[in-house]
Amino acid sequence: MRLQYPSSIRIICLPCTGKVDLIHILRSFEKGADGVYVVGCMEGSCQFTSGNLRARKRVEQAQTLLNAIGIGGDRVQMYNLASSEAPRFVEVAEEMTRKILALGPNPIKAVRTKMAA
Amino acid sequence: MIVAKQKPIEEIIESVKNAGRILIAGCNECVTVCESGGKKEVAVLASALRMYFMNQGKDVKIDEITLERQCDHEYLEELRKLIDQYDAVLSLACGVGVQFLAEKYVKTPVFPGVDTCFMGVTEQRGVWTERCQGCGQCILARTGGICPVSRCAKRLFNGPCGGSTRGKCEIDKDLDCGWQLIVNRLKEMGKLEDYEALIPIKDWSKERAGGPRKIVREDVR
Repeated sequence: MRLQYPSSIRIICLPCTGKVDLIHILRSFEKGADGVYVVGCMEGSCQFTSGNLRARKRVEQAQTLLNAIGIGGDRVQMYNLASSEAPRFVEVAEEMTRKILALGPNPIKAVRTKMAA
Repeated sequence: MIVAKQKPIEEIIESVKNAGRILIAGCNECVTVCESGGKKEVAVLASALRMYFMNQGKDVKIDEITLERQCDHEYLEELRKLIDQYDAVLSLACGVGVQFLAEKYVKTPVFPGVDTCFMGVTEQRGVWTERCQGCGQCILARTGGICPVSRCAKRLFNGPCGGSTRGKCEIDKDLDCGWQLIVNRLKEMGKLEDYEALIPIKDWSKERAGGPRKIVREDVR
């Protein structure tokens, strides 16, 4: 299909979203990511039974923690779509990009730049 | 194992907010198994605190270490060379580890990162339940291997109270009545006559009621 999606997105491939741990999400923000979204298979279609359900729990944990420390839990989202849904993949990428642009940059990135100066 | 749960991050932040250099110390034993204070939880807490302080514009140094145990001198000694580099230690070990660390390194403030809850088992991932209160005088041999001290809300020794209804305790409809469990087990084992035998009055001085306890074994000293 050769569909285009926003170039600001960096894809990290995993064998299953069940591999995603809370620390992976947090480290992304610590390193300056403005947002993170996890794209798993549709609920009920995980080859490993519950990988995508676990990922959703990790995303929810990250949202709670990021809210508590003032970074903003909305910067992390979980999406479920099938591997055949390329147009939906683009839709999600654009939706997430819009959401993050509205939230603005990761606040710690600005502080870090200021500290380095 | 000793079961603990992590304190809310807001409470942790409040306790260490004035420190400029913080060491987060995990423990590889019980709190690792109950997923509240192992290496993984140390990494998550360290990352969250780093981001919090950075967002506040504070340059706080936060390091991580996870000891094999915090309830033994030999492992706590690993901190001796490091401890002076920090204004505070945030220990994710149980209350035993936090205290032993504080006793050993008297000049450095040590803060607890978890609430220590009980001695218990992992019923399933994410579900832990109490099994022992360390009462100092085990009677499991007489009660079918089920402890009335930890499983009965009233710690009764000779049968259930009037609040036992359909096998559940009156304090919580989802909580099994400890004595119902004991009777069921004795029945299964064909030892229901044990239920009839009166258990004498317990010596509670061997429990916490007798003050802090100590065991000295000359044969292994």
